[in-house]
Amino acid sequence: MPDLLIELFSEEIPARMQKRAAEDLKKLVTDGLVEAGLTYAGAGAFATPRRLTLALEGLTAESPTLREERKGPRTDAPEKALAGFLRSTGLTMEQLERRADKKGEVFFAVIEKPGRPAAEIVAEVLEKTIRTFPWPKSMRWGSGSLRWVRPLHSILCILSDEAGAAIVPLAVDGITAGDTTEGHRFMSPGRFSVTSFEDYAAKLKRAYVVLDAEERAETIWADATAQAFAQGLEVVEDQGLLAEVAGLVEWPVVLMGAIGADFLDLPPEVLQTSMKEHQKFFSVRDRSGRIVKYVTVANRETADQGATILAGNGKVLAARLADAKFFWENDLQTVREQGLEGMAAPLANVTFHNKLGSQAERIARIAALAREIAPLVGADADQAEQAARVAKADLSSEMVYEFPELQGVMGGYYARAAGLPDAVANACAAHYQPLGPSDDVPTEPVSVAVALADKIDTLTGFWAIDEKPTGSKDPYALRRAALGVIRLVLVNGIRAGLSNVITSSRDGTDDWGSDLLSFIHDRLKVHLRAEGIRHDVIDACLAMPGNDDLVLLVNRATALQAFLSTEDGENLLQGYKRANNILTAEEKKDGVEYSYGPDPKLAEGEAETTLFAALDTAEPAIATAMQAEDFATAMAEMAKLRAPIDAFFTDVQVNADNAVIRRNRLNLLHRIRATMRQVAVFDAIEG
Amino acid sequence: MTDTAKPRSFQEIILRLQSYWAGQGCAILQPYDMEVGAGTFHPGTTLRSLGTNAWAAAYVQPSRRPTDGRYGENPNRLQHYYQYQVLIKPSPPNLQELYLGSLKAIGIDAEIHDIRFVEDDWESPTLGAWGLGWEVWCDGMEVSQFTYFQQVGGHDCHPVSGELTYGLERLAIYILGVDHVMDMPFNDPDAPIPLTYGDVFRQTEQEYSRWNFDVANTDVLLKHFEEAEAECAAILAQEHIDPKTGKRIIMAHPAYDQCIKASHVFNLLDARGVISVTERQAYIGRVRALAKMCADAFVLTEAGGHAA
Repeated sequence: MPDLLIELFSEEIPARMQKRAAEDLKKLVTDGLVEAGLTYAGAGAFATPRRLTLALEGLTAESPTLREERKGPRTDAPEKALAGFLRSTGLTMEQLERRADKKGEVFFAVIEKPGRPAAEIVAEVLEKTIRTFPWPKSMRWGSGSLRWVRPLHSILCILSDEAGAAIVPLAVDGITAGDTTEGHRFMSPGRFSVTSFEDYAAKLKRAYVVLDAEERAETIWADATAQAFAQGLEVVEDQGLLAEVAGLVEWPVVLMGAIGADFLDLPPEVLQTSMKEHQKFFSVRDRSGRIVKYVTVANRETADQGATILAGNGKVLAARLADAKFFWENDLQTVREQGLEGMAAPLANVTFHNKLGSQAERIARIAALAREIAPLVGADADQAEQAARVAKADLSSEMVYEFPELQGVMGGYYARAAGLPDAVANACAAHYQPLGPSDDVPTEPVSVAVALADKIDTLTGFWAIDEKPTGSKDPYALRRAALGVIRLVLVNGIRAGLSNVITSSRDGTDDWGSDLLSFIHDRLKVHLRAEGIRHDVIDACLAMPGNDDLVLLVNRATALQAFLSTEDGENLLQGYKRANNILTAEEKKDGVEYSYGPDPKLAEGEAETTLFAALDTAEPAIATAMQAEDFATAMAEMAKLRAPIDAFFTDVQVNADNAVIRRNRLNLLHRIRATMRQVAVFDAIEG
Repeated sequence: MTDTAKPRSFQEIILRLQSYWAGQGCAILQPYDMEVGAGTFHPGTTLRSLGTNAWAAAYVQPSRRPTDGRYGENPNRLQHYYQYQVLIKPSPPNLQELYLGSLKAIGIDAEIHDIRFVEDDWESPTLGAWGLGWEVWCDGMEVSQFTYFQQVGGHDCHPVSGELTYGLERLAIYILGVDHVMDMPFNDPDAPIPLTYGDVFRQTEQEYSRWNFDVANTDVLLKHFEEAEAECAAILAQEHIDPKTGKRIIMAHPAYDQCIKASHVFNLLDARGVISVTERQAYIGRVRALAKMCADAFVLTEAGGHAA
């Protein structure tokens, strides 16, 4: 059983593409080999900035011989039929077998496809893989026509077993496969040959290449945290950055440097963003949370232990931070001289969307809406309006122009610098939140009011101009905005009808307001499903009045789901369905609605009388509990109906011969349904 | 140039690059005599990257970006600066090694510095051009742009050109170890009359910053844009056979000059803040249309690979 080693060596592969490319190489090659009849015991794929590597263990040495039998025409069939069969099988008449069949003698073709050596199959599969590789973006180079992510320089492809290694003969666009590769570009130039994966990995390491990205990432993280720890500091975790940096080096060398004292007063978010975005540095903070140092990862060791590299990086960082400081100070000066309103003034000339006007117009709408929402969330209306008016001022700050991801965060700093109250400053900082299903949800009342107003204005705006999300297209992140509304409402327990809020946000809501509400309901379903609430339970509650009060809706759904998981709940549901089925069928047949109250005087027998009595008790109790929105009590009261309803269906025939009795019983079923529908529309529940 | 010590002035870095690339067989061209936003606009790159003819050229190109003007105060932002540009077609297999050799020539030793090729795809919406490559980092600083051209003026590049662009001031600030571009020695600091970059350019940065931002007559500029656009189309609408000489003369280069002019006027209008976000895209599209027309014309010429 030979092992297969493939390495595709190229100029630097973008860090973000390496992991996926290694996986694609593994999948395409193994799929191709398996399809051609080979099997293998194990596979490992690796990527560095300059190579994709695939190692397969225990590959079968050749594909199995395949034997195929095909039935042909009868031996006395016309010559034409025989000629066609010979053509399609590629055999001569002498090679055919004659076999007896029920209807006489028939030709049979026995075609043997001999097994093929692994090398031949590997060569074919690898060439196809290279020519059709699914890079997100690929290119040509020189005079060739081959496409790769960057120029492909060499192909290493060997099959090795106890007897030794053999190069798989293969050439793609003038690149002939061999058994050699290169180590680190600077630390170990020159090619060397390898005989197996173990030999390859060991020689690479000697040539200053760590093949496995995981190992590089672990080394970087371990070294960085150890260096920080030694100085009583802590590296700010950033998995995305770690993966990226591990894809930029073959031989990671962690270096820690200090941030100039001039810059330590910049907001930590600014330091962190600038260092990460421009320099791919990790931030290092002290015990108080202040960012005081950085970690950079070099791609080589040097005679001066990285001193030159660190000095260079420090200098570049200083220039970057000088820029950031310059923006910060200019922004603060603007705020001091003109206030946040002054900073926001240019937004009058910035288009938010060509059908929705300028940013300034949008801000005015959000401010008016925040004022309306304020009493619903316990916020001071003046503060909510004030916060909304300045919350987006930072969009015209120099800092946010440079680092768009700092929007909001900078607004908070600038609001504080402008001497605005904490509640307003916090709202500026937090009003974009929550940005996703796991982002923090603002809880301070003023922040909540502005965050809600912002998202609702966005939703109603795009609904008004009919730019709704379709399929995978959601360019304005409206699903996220709707989820933001939902989470703000639920986390803060905001008791308000969203319909009113939507209506007061802009004109024309008659035409599309209910469509928007049902969009929000759809997002709510997705959200609640993730929390384990069944979609049919949500539907049962959505069909109830007041469904634009999301807190009520969720409380109801939670209680209903809990109830339905009890034995009483399950049985009561069956009772409801039975009552509803009979009633619906009979109403349809009779063409009338049995909604008169049933008369207890017409009750016959104990089961029916007991059901009347039970309903007499349950109805007011459920009504009272519903009034208090005490769903658990309502459900408990409803549960008491289970036994009487079960007994009723066991002992009593609804469709009695006596028409008066029958009508009364149908009216009784109607009463059961109406009682239970006070709580939820059970029709929607499955099962 | 055999001097392996660190260069001591801005001009020495340029001279060493010139000598290095001359040594690699490049034709050392002179700067194009028009205002351009980047070295790529030089016809020695834009037009020569089209068609099948082999090409190898290197040159310094003064470049203007009116919006980057900072009155000479910013340590490394300038509205007028120099790019060093290398274009080799077809891109040789050892272009990365050649490039690293050029860094060594200007005093960047890969044995003690950390040199990295970091993904950076290049696109010029005004030229209808794009390519894949990297920005090259030296100790965390971007020192060059390295691109394999895939398309120019809407034409697929066959063969592919390799393009290297060095931002000379930034590179020099780094190599010479100065903090502010204006403090950088322009000629040898020991020369009888030592000049700094600021001695040469501080005043012009101020003058142009003022003109670019506040004074340039936008009505006149708008008219220039329209005229250049019209002239470009008019040139290319001419018969291929010159009626006077009877020769086939397609005027791709004169037309391309008008494209360059339109592009620069657009940059000036942008700096003057008279172009709105929506208009911006439209202007870029108009310049791109000119670039495309010029590219279409160039590939019909001899230099563009047209066989007579």
